[in-house]
Amino acid sequence: MPNQDPALLRRLLRAKDRMDAASHEDWPVERLASVSGVSEAHFARSFKDAFGTPPHRYLLTRRIERAKALLRDTDMPILDIALDTGWQSLGTFGRVFKDVTGQSPSELRAAEQASAQALDQVPHCFISAAYRPNLKSAVSEKRRQEAADKKSAEDE
Amino acid sequence: MIKGINVIGLYMHDQDEALDFYVNKLGFEIQADVKNGTFRWLTVKHANQPGFELGLLEPQEPVLEAATAQTMREMVAKGAMPPLVFVVEDCRAAYEALKAKGVEFTQEPIARFGSVDANLRDPSGNAWKMVEAR
Repeated sequence: MPNQDPALLRRLLRAKDRMDAASHEDWPVERLASVSGVSEAHFARSFKDAFGTPPHRYLLTRRIERAKALLRDTDMPILDIALDTGWQSLGTFGRVFKDVTGQSPSELRAAEQASAQALDQVPHCFISAAYRPNLKSAVSEKRRQEAADKKSAEDE
Repeated sequence: MIKGINVIGLYMHDQDEALDFYVNKLGFEIQADVKNGTFRWLTVKHANQPGFELGLLEPQEPVLEAATAQTMREMVAKGAMPPLVFVVEDCRAAYEALKAKGVEFTQEPIARFGSVDANLRDPSGNAWKMVEAR
């Protein structure tokens, strides 16, 4: 990894912070680039160099993390959670959620609520981070890989 | 045996900038500001905790070699340093007051877990959580 200018990194961090604060909002590249004072052409590459993941995938992990927290901590209907965390439809939310976490939203809610723990002793950011998916590849790639694994398992 | 913690050092991008932030914006007092060659031992403390200092230090040679110093500067600027927490009596009031001074908040006050908390960053990238005392 080449050295990056700390002043640039600090501005890229600002774009990351803004996604963290409002992950339900739309974050097109031009909006993120203007927060960081970087050209649109350079933003995505600089962000990935700094944080190891493309900006849109980072945003996805924050949305999933937030959806998991709402499933765990509230009785909100799953449709409301989907709309509240930045998805346009329940279908897309359910599909992407399962691709990322391996469970449907309702399965995850049932499992989490069955194993409720005392979370009030832990700072919120720490709990929050523990629920963030560690998404190292694009969701479409993960989906393809799982399909391929399943197929090869069936072939054996 | 050990009586307590006296100093914790934090890495800063620029000590002058850090001093302005911690003293003029957050309201800490200067405890030590001693220059020795290229080194500057700079610490601040809070009036309520006279025995506890925060060191506002720069990663620099020759304590760290050039590549490590650069890495530490990058880590701080990326927000990769561990979280820091301070308490306030009234989180929303403190938020308004600090925001008016130009403090960069990364999360507005939210009521949860029986308290109210907000997040801010210092100019270098260190993250503070501001929690209302329970």
